[in-house]
Formats: sequence, structure tokens, C-alpha cells
Amino acid sequence: MSKVLVIAEHDGTNLNGSTARAVSCASDLGLDAIDVVVLASDGSSVAEQAAKLTGVTKVLLVQNPANEHAVAAFLAPQIESLAADYSHVLAPSTTFGKDLMPRVAAHLGRPQISDIMRVESAMVFDRPVYAGNAIVTVEAPEGLVVGTVRTASYKAVSNDGAASVETRSVDVNLPSHTRFVELQSGGGDRPDLQAASKVVSGGRGVGSEENFKVIYSLADKLGAGVGASRAAVDAGFIPNDHQVGQTGKIIAPDLYMAFGISGAIQHLAGIKDAGTIVAVNKDADAPIFEVADFGLVADLFEVAEELEKAL
Amino acid sequence: MERESMEFDVVIVGAGPAGLSAACKLMQLAQETEQELMVCVIEKGSEVGAHILSGAVLEPTAMNELFPDWKEKGAPLNVPVKGDDVYYLTGEEKGIKTPNFLVPKPMHNEGNYVVSMGNVCRWLAEQAEGMGVEIFPGFTASKIVYNDDGSVKGVLTGDMGVAEDGSKKDSYMPGMELLAKQTIFAEGCRGHLGKQLMESFNLNKDADPQHYGLGIKEVWTIDPEKHQEGLVVHTAGWPLDNHTEGGGFLYHMENNQVSLGFIIALNYTNPHLSLFDEMQRWKLNPKISQFLEGGERVSYGARAVNKGGMQSVPKLSFPGGLLVGCDAGFLNGAKIKGNHTAMKTGMLAAETIIESIKAGDIANKELSLMGDKYKSSWVFYELHKTRNFGPALHKFGTLMGGSFAWLDQNIFGGKMPFTWHNTTPDHATLKPAVDCTAPNYPKPDGKITFDKLSSVFLSSTNHEEDQPCHLQLADSSIPINQNLPLYDEPAQRYCPAGVYEVVKDEQGNDKFQINGQNCVHCKTCDIKDPAQNITWVTPEGGGGPNYGNM
Amino acid sequence: MKILVGVKRVVDFNVRIQVKADGSGVTTDGVKMSMNPFDEIAVEEALRIKEAGNAEEVIVVTIGPKAAQEQLRTALAMGADRAIHVETDDEIQPLTAARILQALAEKEAPKLVLLGKQAIDDDNNQTAQMLGALSHWPQATFASEVEIEGDKATVIREVDAGLETLSVDLPAVISADLRLNEPRYVKLPDIMKAKRKPLETVTVEELGVEHVAAVKVLKTAAPAKREAGIIVESVDELVAALKEKGLI
Repeated sequence: MSKVLVIAEHDGTNLNGSTARAVSCASDLGLDAIDVVVLASDGSSVAEQAAKLTGVTKVLLVQNPANEHAVAAFLAPQIESLAADYSHVLAPSTTFGKDLMPRVAAHLGRPQISDIMRVESAMVFDRPVYAGNAIVTVEAPEGLVVGTVRTASYKAVSNDGAASVETRSVDVNLPSHTRFVELQSGGGDRPDLQAASKVVSGGRGVGSEENFKVIYSLADKLGAGVGASRAAVDAGFIPNDHQVGQTGKIIAPDLYMAFGISGAIQHLAGIKDAGTIVAVNKDADAPIFEVADFGLVADLFEVAEELEKAL
Repeated sequence: MERESMEFDVVIVGAGPAGLSAACKLMQLAQETEQELMVCVIEKGSEVGAHILSGAVLEPTAMNELFPDWKEKGAPLNVPVKGDDVYYLTGEEKGIKTPNFLVPKPMHNEGNYVVSMGNVCRWLAEQAEGMGVEIFPGFTASKIVYNDDGSVKGVLTGDMGVAEDGSKKDSYMPGMELLAKQTIFAEGCRGHLGKQLMESFNLNKDADPQHYGLGIKEVWTIDPEKHQEGLVVHTAGWPLDNHTEGGGFLYHMENNQVSLGFIIALNYTNPHLSLFDEMQRWKLNPKISQFLEGGERVSYGARAVNKGGMQSVPKLSFPGGLLVGCDAGFLNGAKIKGNHTAMKTGMLAAETIIESIKAGDIANKELSLMGDKYKSSWVFYELHKTRNFGPALHKFGTLMGGSFAWLDQNIFGGKMPFTWHNTTPDHATLKPAVDCTAPNYPKPDGKITFDKLSSVFLSSTNHEEDQPCHLQLADSSIPINQNLPLYDEPAQRYCPAGVYEVVKDEQGNDKFQINGQNCVHCKTCDIKDPAQNITWVTPEGGGGPNYGNM
Repeated sequence: MKILVGVKRVVDFNVRIQVKADGSGVTTDGVKMSMNPFDEIAVEEALRIKEAGNAEEVIVVTIGPKAAQEQLRTALAMGADRAIHVETDDEIQPLTAARILQALAEKEAPKLVLLGKQAIDDDNNQTAQMLGALSHWPQATFASEVEIEGDKATVIREVDAGLETLSVDLPAVISADLRLNEPRYVKLPDIMKAKRKPLETVTVEELGVEHVAAVKVLKTAAPAKREAGIIVESVDELVAALKEKGLI
């Protein structure tokens, strides 16, 4: 019987949405069971949430005061001791999973498949390289597969499951060389462009620095980061650290809304991995419409205003 | 301000064919005469080859002289020319193959090689470094350093880490002075220091104005079935009219790639002409598109060339330095080749320096021996022979001029007893926009023809964002107040990289926008602006295109 | 203390990647190569730690072909003291790279190993963490601030939830994120000096590292092109569509 173990990401109270996406990838493996492990200091509520994820067979709850914060050096040996029962161990490719899983893999003497974006078979996967400018199909060597899941490539599974929760005690020596000091959440301020799950972006069509207020205002309403095309930056509407594109930032938010951006290839290079692209532009011939999931040919100011009201 | 400095015997500005040949020859001669010579080459591209763009069919004359064993040493001259077709295009659909005997002799290519000059330069750089030359890519020569007596003392490398507003960033690193007994300027066509030298030393007082062309080039990977390694194709005629000089080329390189491009003389008169769009639509002629269909465009770039020939060659020496290669202008317009003459003049500069050292101190002296060496070299011989080729095309248009060129070159061997001159500089040839019709260019089809920005994308051009604009306007009002009404601001159409745009500002007024980041360092704006208001200066080192095998 | 910094030779970040038509990889012939930008940040950080008086020696190491010495020379020109070239023409995957670095760390006994968080070619983001595991050292990945105090390091990490601070005992592995610092420009005289700085070459075998079971690349393809979606007629329609996707 081959089973996959998915490492849950959480903050002690809530299960992070990336976990449901990793479970979705795990389902594609076509194995006999999907178990989710919650490593926490007090994780019963997180475990309950994980038990609802569609497709999950069993939730393992490993409680230890050392698990209060997700410190890779503490979590890795615990996962290592659980891994023997599994053919695959997966975690979301967030900073949590990226930090943790290679440490797990190396402990087990296994290579890791990073950023799985498609499962071809239980041993063959697609993953992006060169910042998504090429996709490689890779085959894992025989034995345990350790991997991280590119969350933007998977939809979260739904919440109609009812898995059992099993408390496990894991007896391993944890190192004393690492101490968690604090976490300053990025909340409050506008999210960082590169970390934001939503981004509202303006182009030359916005017309002026003054008019960019419309973009900021909508972004704040959405809890989104603010981006810009190079044309807008060059025209002096907005500082260049907001520039999205080939020479600016390459971003992959779940939602990208482009206002008055024509969509030159240089700009598109920066958003090719975005989840959903919305384009608002007066010019129906603008190349941005060739890549947008939803296009609206209209005056961007009217749309932004209406949209802000509708939210 | 006190600057740090380093001293060399010879500083060479520019790691192109001329500069690197000079470096190699200097070291060879130094070894032969058992002298220690400190030679350094600085290059504004991020690596050697990054800013090299050329056709190229290389005539190996200079290479044979510089490295008789270049084959054993592995020089990347791998594709001998095997076929040589010339077409006269009569329209978008048609072209006539010119019978071989009617093709002017200099355009014949037996014995030549289809190469990537970028790769040839990388190889030359390896040879030079192997002989002890210091090569510094990513460093610009931003200014000339003069001695109190007015002689050239060396160059100043560009400051790094300067913000757009001119303030110093945390990473600020001041440029340093590279001082030399002799500085060789090998910046290529319309070098920005070369231009200053022409003025300070009045080097072109006995020469005609330099004439230029803009070459726009692409590299494609094509269907192996259509690939004919070593085939060289040239075209004349369409899409240019009989009064606009220029033509196209398509060379079959290695690895199923073709290098193709279009050169337009910058003395064109219609301000509505878009050089980029002419090149794009030229590819639609079946003589060209037959090779491209089903292929993929992998690279794009552009560079000005000088085509004034013998009549425009300036004085080559001045106190403290020498001018070589396209910085002076040795391109043979009839052959459409300048790499062999660039290499050779670089070698002549090296000989000049070594022979002058024998004769005494060379520090900051003027080595007029350079001019004598040029006059007695095969470079002068071949430029003299073809001296009337360009002016004939200019005087009579491409059809009649071409006929003259055939008579002149194939019957008289270039020995007709007169020399024609073309004394109108290229920036002064535009007619008012109202007197000219705008060509109607087809929309890019995304298969054979493309838009400007997706083209620039393929040049891998990048400049550090936060730095002063390297395209300077002497008078910022001229583009809108003068060029726009008179010539519909031609910069929008001669720039092959979309650097210049006329946009509306917040009040709906016209505004001249410079997108300096896109600049591929072709220098066309510096040449063609009718008001001579745009000066191209060096951006932060390492900026600009990153050409691979161009 | 000594700091060991790993650097990798990669296709320059300005170069547009071309996937080969036969699916065998990306074109690297005649393509500009540079030091992985995150590694450059790691080198810079090591130099700053040394300049602040918290380290005596910065050793840079690369694993790769002969040509990778170019990147070592760049690091030496930036200010590193000496270089080690683990020469191999094989493709080295992160687990093997981590074992090689582990072997070097045992030999050199650095108090700190600094690496870039990921190489911009294979985008794996594994080597630092794997080295931490193999050496049983603490790790602090995605660092945006590093402070050394005695035998401890305090590191601010860029995580999805914000900025996390960890305190780790030395020796430790730290991986550099983009905002850790802005690498310096290299000075001309330093490029010349770098040519005379010590550069030692060793092989993977000499370090006693065996190749491990590796991930096999079956093919390389260009990413699928995005397809145009639908044109909506009104803001209401747009809002409805986004709501349905769970995006707002």
C-alpha cells in the first residue's frame, strides 16, 4: 500500500490555504491514502480543519511545545521519523515548505522535487525552471519521493471530508541550536508586491501621479499590492520599485488586475505565472487582452470606481 | 575631485575587432622585440561580444595576417561561403536574381566565412588575455583625460551607482583614470569619445562628412530542410524607393540558424520613413520569407555603420592617441564589409606604437606614422578602388548608380580618374514632413514580422533603472517645438528600439518621452537628429544589449 | 572565524532563455554566464561581516566546469580571500552539492556557510537546507538581515507571513534573499589583484563524495502560452466572475 503524507501549514489556529492545494496535488498521485500531519504545540483545531479537506484519509496530530513555531530544524526530524510509512511526503511550496522540506529530504538521503506543477505519474512531475521560462519533466529515483507543491498550479480541494484525527507521539531528540525570537506580520500596511496574493497595476493609461490614487485606493480595498508597467514608471507616475515585468519584478499573484496597461511582452514576462489576469483598457486591440482571463474594454477610472463600490 | 588612477603603456577603448586586434598585435610585437608592455582593454558591454553586432561575412585577410594558424587555434570561422546570390527585389512579391557577371566584383564572396562577429571577438579576447592583456568588460570610457598641453593622457571610466537625479547611491563607486602613453580609440561607429576627438583635434578637416547607415539584424533558427549552410543572399530594391540607399542580407550560419538584416543609409529624406518597419516588411518578400516560414526568431539588434569610405576617413593620429576601426570609419561600402579593415587598422596602430617606441619616447606624442601606414596598406588600396561606389548610388539612385558601380568595378577596376564627394551630412537631408507621404506599413503578423518592443525583448537589453538618462538633449524644447512640426519628430521612427516617443501629458500637450532603458546603443539618434540636439553618452557600465552570437 | 560562501555559474539573468527544439534543455552556447545573483548577495554579506570585524577569512567555493573559475575570480575581486574550485563537468544536483559543501566544511571548519537562497537556473531552493541537515547545523533561510554576536547569529527571515527572527548558534548555514544587501561594484585594480589570489582545485572524488540517486530530467519544454479568456461587458459581470473563482 502506498500512501502520501502532506505536511500541514498553519499558524497554530488556522490551517493555511496552501495545504488544501498540496492535498489537491497529492490526490493526483493516485495512491491508496492521503494523510495530513499537523505539527503543533496545541493543534486540535487545526487538525479538525485538516480533517475536512476532501480526499484526506487520516490526520496525524503531533503535539510538542517545540512545535509552537514552524522551525525547520525542529520539524524535520519529527517528519523523518513518520516518513517510513509513506511513499511520498509533500508540503506546499511556500516559504514554510521551501524551508522545511529540503531538510527533511537530506535527513532521509533523498533528493527533492521542488515546485511540482503537474503530476504525470507517481514518479514523474513537471516543474518550472529559469523563473518559469522553461518547464522540465523530471523522474524521481526509486524510493521515497520528497516534494514541494507549487500552490498557484493547484486549486484548493473542498471541505466536505471527514477524516479521522489520530494523535501521535514522536520520540526524537530536538536540537537546541535554534531559537525562535519573533514574527512581525506584514499586516496593516499594503502588502509587498512580490508577496501579495492580489495585485492591482496601473499603466500609462492612468495618466498621472495624481490619478494613480485610484489604483492605490482600489488596491487597499482589495488588500492588494500595487504594481505598474514600465511606461508608467518612466512617465514618473510611480516609483520604480513598483515596476512589474522583465526588468522589474516577476510576480505570481492569484489575481492580477491591469488598468491602462497595453501589455508589451516585457510586462507580460513579469506576470506569466499569475493565477487570474483581469485587463481594463480603452483600446480593444491592446495585447494585454490576448492573455487576460477577463477583459473589459472601458474607461479605467469608471471601472475602478464602480468596482470599489461593488466590493 | 581627486580620482584614483592606473597606468598602462596602452589603453584600448572597446573590445571589438579593431581594439582586440590591436591588443593581440601589440603583445605579439612586444614578445618579438622582448619588451614588457602593459595593455588594457575596456569594454562597455557586460562581456566581450555583448555589444557586437555585424552581418557577418568575414573576409579573412586580416585574420590570416594576425593569426596565420587561426584554424589550429580554433577561431570560430567555421562556415565557408558556398553560394552567393544577389536579388533585385521589384516588389513585395517579386525579385529577380542578378546574373553573377552583373554583380559588382567587390560583392563576390568566395573565400570568405559566415561568422558571428560576437563569437570571433570572444575568441580574439581569449587570445589577447592569453598573451597578458587585461580586459575589463562592464566598464565604460566616459571621458577623455587630457594633459595640460592638450594631449590625451587616457580615459576616465564611468561612475557607478549614480541615481537618476545625479545623487550618489549607497553603491556609488567613482570612475577611475586609466592613463596610458598611447590610447587607442576603437569604440566602433560614432564612438562618443571619437566624436569629441574629431572636434578637439579637428581630425576631419580634410575629409568629407562621415556617412552612415543603420543595420537592423535578426537571428532565426529555421527549418533544417530549408537551411543551406554557407549560402549568402543579398538584396537590393524593394521596399526602398530608388532614392533611398540600402539593402538586405541573409546568411546561413551553423546550427540551422540564419542571420538576416537590412541596412538603410541615414541620408534618407522622407521623415516618415520607419527604419524598423522597412526591415520588417522586407522579410515578407518570398526570396526571404521562404527561409523563415516555420522558423523562430531568436535574436534582434541594431547598429549604425559608417559608409563614407575613403573620402570620409579622418586624420588617425593626435597627441597621445590613435583612432582605429569604425571609430574612424574604414567600412568598405562596396563589399559591405568593415571587419577586416577594422582588424587591420587595429594591427596598424599596434605596429605604429611598437615602431615608434624603437624610435624614442611615445608618451603623449602624436604618432603620425599611423597615417603613413594606412596610406600604404591594403585598406587604403581597397577603399580607394571603391571610393566612387557610395557616391554613385547617392548621385544616381540605386539602379543607375548600381550600373555605374558595375562599370567602375568590373571594367575599370576602380581606376576611373576622378573622385566624387558627398558633402551633405546625414542629419541635414530630411525634407519637411508635409512634403512627403507616409509609407503604409503592414501590421506585424507575429510570424515573420513583429512589433518594436517584442523585438527589443530579444536583444536582452537592460540598463540599471535608477541612473541618469544617457541620451542627452542640448535643448529639451527642440523635439516638440521644432522637430515635431517640421519633421513629425523622426526619432520616433529612426530609433529601432522604441526609445523615443511623443506622448500626451496630463494637460493633453505633446511631450517627448525618452525610454533610455530600451537603448541598444546603435547611435542613430546621435547621427540623424536634424537639430543635432541628441548626444549619446555612456550609461552605467554593463548596460545595453546582451547579444549572444550577433 | 572563517566564512565559506558557495557560488554558482548560471545563465545571466538578463538573457532570454531559449528552449531547444528537441527538448534536451535550454541553449547555453554563446550565452552570457554570470554568478547567480543570490550568491553575489551571499558573497557581499560575508564581506560585510568580515569588514565589521566579525570574521577573518572569506572563502568562496564553486562546483562546476573549468569555466566556473570566472565566477570565483569575480568573488575574489569583490574581496574574498581565497577560492576553492570543485571541478566537475557533471550536472550536480542539490543533495550532491550539499554533500560536497559538507565535506569542505569539515575540512575548512568555517563558523558560517552563506549561500544564495536558490540558483536562478534550476530554481531548486534546496542546497542550504540540505547542508544544514547533513551537518546537523542550524539553518536560517531567506535572510534579509544578519547580525553576528560572538558565537550566535540573529537572522531576520523573509517569510510569507512577514519577517521572522531566529537566533542560531554558530556554526550555521544562512541563505541570502534579495533584500539582504546590494552587492558592491567591483573595482578595476581589484580585478587585477584577484588574478593573483589563491585558487585551489579539487575533484568530487578527492573530497570523498559519491554521487547519490538523482532526479532525472526527461525533457525540457517552453511554458504553455496563456490563452485569451473572455471579454466581459460590465463591472457587475466582472465582479460575478471573480466571486465565482473565489478571488474576491
